[in-house]
Amino acid sequence: MEHYLSLATKAIFVENMALAFFLGMCSFLAVSRKVGTSLGLGLAVIFVLGLTTPLNQILTKTFLEEGALSWLPGGESVNLSFLSYLVLIGTIAAAVQIVEMAIDRFAPALYGSLGVFLPLIAVNCAILGGSLFMVQRDYTLGEATVFGLGSGIGWALAIVALASIRERMSYSDVPPALRGLGITFITVGLMAIGFMSFSGIQL
Amino acid sequence: MSKPREILLDPLIDNNPIGLQVLGICSALAVTTKMETAVVMSLAVLFVLTTSTVVVSVLRALIPASVRIITQLTIIASMVMVADQFLRAYLYEISLQLSVFVGLIITNCIIMGRAEAFAMQNKPWPTFLDALGNSAGYALVLIVVAAFRELFGSGSLFGITILPTTSMGGWYEPNGLMVLAPGAFILIGCFIWAVRTIRPEQNEEEFHVGALPEPGYEGDLR
Repeated sequence: MEHYLSLATKAIFVENMALAFFLGMCSFLAVSRKVGTSLGLGLAVIFVLGLTTPLNQILTKTFLEEGALSWLPGGESVNLSFLSYLVLIGTIAAAVQIVEMAIDRFAPALYGSLGVFLPLIAVNCAILGGSLFMVQRDYTLGEATVFGLGSGIGWALAIVALASIRERMSYSDVPPALRGLGITFITVGLMAIGFMSFSGIQL
Repeated sequence: MSKPREILLDPLIDNNPIGLQVLGICSALAVTTKMETAVVMSLAVLFVLTTSTVVVSVLRALIPASVRIITQLTIIASMVMVADQFLRAYLYEISLQLSVFVGLIITNCIIMGRAEAFAMQNKPWPTFLDALGNSAGYALVLIVVAAFRELFGSGSLFGITILPTTSMGGWYEPNGLMVLAPGAFILIGCFIWAVRTIRPEQNEEEFHVGALPEPGYEGDLR
């Protein structure tokens, strides 16, 4: 239990997907102008990361890793790990599509607020990054679930915080050449310094 | 149809993918602590961007609109696999340092963005030039940022000592911020500031709360 708790804290704060690994930056910068919209995107990211990371963990362990196919006769020596990129991104795109259709059918209200973001999430680097880190660090199924949810929460936290700062900043007098993208980058840099103060926390 | 020369040179400064189109930032920040990784990453992106957009352009009449995203992703992912296997075979040390960021070229928004916005509407030759220009614009930002970060963060360029650091008996006290995440954000911010000071026409309109792009406008949200 403590192990999972420490993994979650690490994924949310210390190794924040957006601020420490620069993942999902494109939508992080483009959709962070308003708190409401960024909250919607953040929730969608939590949902999809929490779903696809364990799913990809199962697929990697059952089919792709070296020796993973030993349950097939003659499959002991097969190593399909070079196919992992194609499988990971395929799973993500398919999962996003299915989730979108399911939400549309069974929870139209949720679809109204979350639906527009789902197609964009298939190409969000934070999602693929979550799966790639999971493969690289050799997580178990439980760890993968906690890691996926944790990184999603961390990313959502960062984008909501940035959106709140940007809403306030519209009243400030920013030099013309820095307006928009430039000042956002510098704000994110300062936020990253803030998040760095979490590093070194051990649970 | 604009001239080939414009297609090639426009993305360098005037319409830089990172500075103006806000594409491909994830990897731009993560691999720029050293010149070596930045150059290898730029070359990998150059390879994947040109090959995959040309393939998309050749197939553009055959790709149904409803499944175009996943088709493009499959083409891009195949090219990234080729690049990744090549790096592992011939540049193993650097491929370890790049770790997951080679795989993340798949979701690098420059590639999806150019495939979707340019290759789907144009013939292979202009697409090829567009891809070359955009990867050069990407490489330009990467290399400038990496040069600053490596020079001031570790006092060297390509691993060769330029400013002897105090830990090695020299005089230069390295700026630790440069090699960490925040330094990269602030440097790119300043880079955009510098470019827009020289070219004021790139300035963004003053932003007001509520003036949002439409959520369905995919090109901006990726």
